[in-house]
Amino acid sequence: MSVVSTSAPARAPVLAPRVKAALVLFTLFALFPPVVTALDDPFLILIGTRILAYAIAAMALDLILGYGAMVSFGHAAYLGFGTYAVAILSSYGIHDILLQTAAAIALSAVFAFVTGAISLRTRGVYFIMITLAFGQMAFFFFISLSAYGGDDGYGLRQRSTLFGSDVLENEYALYYATLVVLIGLFALSHRIVGSRFGRVLTGIRENATRMEAIGYSPFRYQLTAFVISGCMTSIAGVFLANQAEFVSPAFMSWHRSGELIVMVVLGGIGTLSGAIGGAVAALLLEEFLGKLTEHWRLWFGLFLVLMVLFSPRGITGLIQQIQQGRAR
Amino acid sequence: MSRLVVENLNKSFGALTVTDDVSLTVEPGELHAIIGPNGAGKTTLVAQLSGQLAPDSGRVTLDGRDITRASMPERVRMGLARSFQITQILPGFTVLENVALAVQARQGSSFRFFGDVVRETALNDAAMAALAEAGIDERAAAIASELSHGEHRRLELAMALATKPSTLLLDEPLAGVGGEESDAFVARLMAMKGRFTMLLIEHDMDAVFALADRVSVLVYGRIIATGAPDEVRADPAVRTAYLGDEEEIPA
Repeated sequence: MSVVSTSAPARAPVLAPRVKAALVLFTLFALFPPVVTALDDPFLILIGTRILAYAIAAMALDLILGYGAMVSFGHAAYLGFGTYAVAILSSYGIHDILLQTAAAIALSAVFAFVTGAISLRTRGVYFIMITLAFGQMAFFFFISLSAYGGDDGYGLRQRSTLFGSDVLENEYALYYATLVVLIGLFALSHRIVGSRFGRVLTGIRENATRMEAIGYSPFRYQLTAFVISGCMTSIAGVFLANQAEFVSPAFMSWHRSGELIVMVVLGGIGTLSGAIGGAVAALLLEEFLGKLTEHWRLWFGLFLVLMVLFSPRGITGLIQQIQQGRAR
Repeated sequence: MSRLVVENLNKSFGALTVTDDVSLTVEPGELHAIIGPNGAGKTTLVAQLSGQLAPDSGRVTLDGRDITRASMPERVRMGLARSFQITQILPGFTVLENVALAVQARQGSSFRFFGDVVRETALNDAAMAALAEAGIDERAAAIASELSHGEHRRLELAMALATKPSTLLLDEPLAGVGGEESDAFVARLMAMKGRFTMLLIEHDMDAVFALADRVSVLVYGRIIATGAPDEVRADPAVRTAYLGDEEEIPA
């Protein structure tokens, strides 16, 4: 009975979020602005902020996709709620980022609770289709919102304020603010995944029948995770709106939902840090391939195919293989 | 009062009647075995008793409470746990984590989002106790998918035990287990007798006649005999319908 110490038993490696990888990424992110300044190309900072915002969204999606096996194809809706929370409140003179974020989270919580409760009655491809359908409903709602430009979108007159200060107008400040939020949400997600709740969620992913047979009703845990993920994704939207100083329904189209899934899969599902790395990789590829050729999507597609074929666990899996190769 | 009472349970899939007016009781502390040839509807019966499948008609009560419409998780929380004929585990989890999760379902809330569950000594200790009872404690740190078949059967039992049940539905716990391993498993079930109320579905006749207080014989979804092992073995209807006239019944 004492073969394993009960206080700190071995953790299943497939479930462990890659904290070290995340710390490396965060360090690189923190060093990015000085490098950009040295290169004298301040536009890169804006690209960096965009990457960080998408990293938040991808990580939030990984929480349900990787740990809960819920493939939401409508997650761009929450990005949209975040961006429109900024635009709509700001048009009423409420510029405070905390209030805007609170509104984004509240709206997302309600939407995720209602649509999640319905979507979770289905499984597999039906779940994917129904989340897509709800995402499209949100998309067309904002298209028809003519007061905020409808299809054309809506330019922000100013960025959000933080405690009354317009510090976020500074590109560096916005970048580091996004980074701090990313790190905070990573820490939060990491705690959740390693908690009692996280273990139940992962258990349902592993074998839902078994979980029912030991007394769990999967629905309530899956729905809770779905709501948490939606709320976190909307925070990414708040920063995207500030980064672009523009909001439009394009943020919530189903293409965008697909891109979020691509980021998570590309980075390696169920690792949290993989989703962050996947967001970086996908957006950098888009940036650089886009400069080389207008047919960049073709090459990006080829890259994805190769990745999925040769490293189903994404960039995370690739790095592990290299590390293991070295250890041998 | 009987612990588990099944009254006039019926279930059909189309024209095929798989459970035909089944009534049985399991007394507290009793080990009641159900035997029957392949396709007799044993697993379908367990599925209805555990809440996985709804019967067409009939009633199931546990300690006098009607649980006919209760879901599987609800029944587990009332103390009715089951093991599966085809192993159901969490393959990517360690053996200890599999069982700790079953303990967690009984102990406190699972809506705790902070605090490292790996370090929850209370969960791990209770899990280790269940693992020891099922004889798989030395494999606690192994990833569940890497266990042998026999070890999987023991993990099945450990997970059912970890929910602290009053009543166990054991669906062919010995399926695919042979030789010494099977003897050890029977000894383990023997040691559990009296402390748990058990409904045992089993193919292994030696095991059934060694363990059971009462035996029911299920043929084509219908119970044709119930009684002490010796009575059932001597029952002429059982001999013709199930065991075959000429075949010697193992003692």
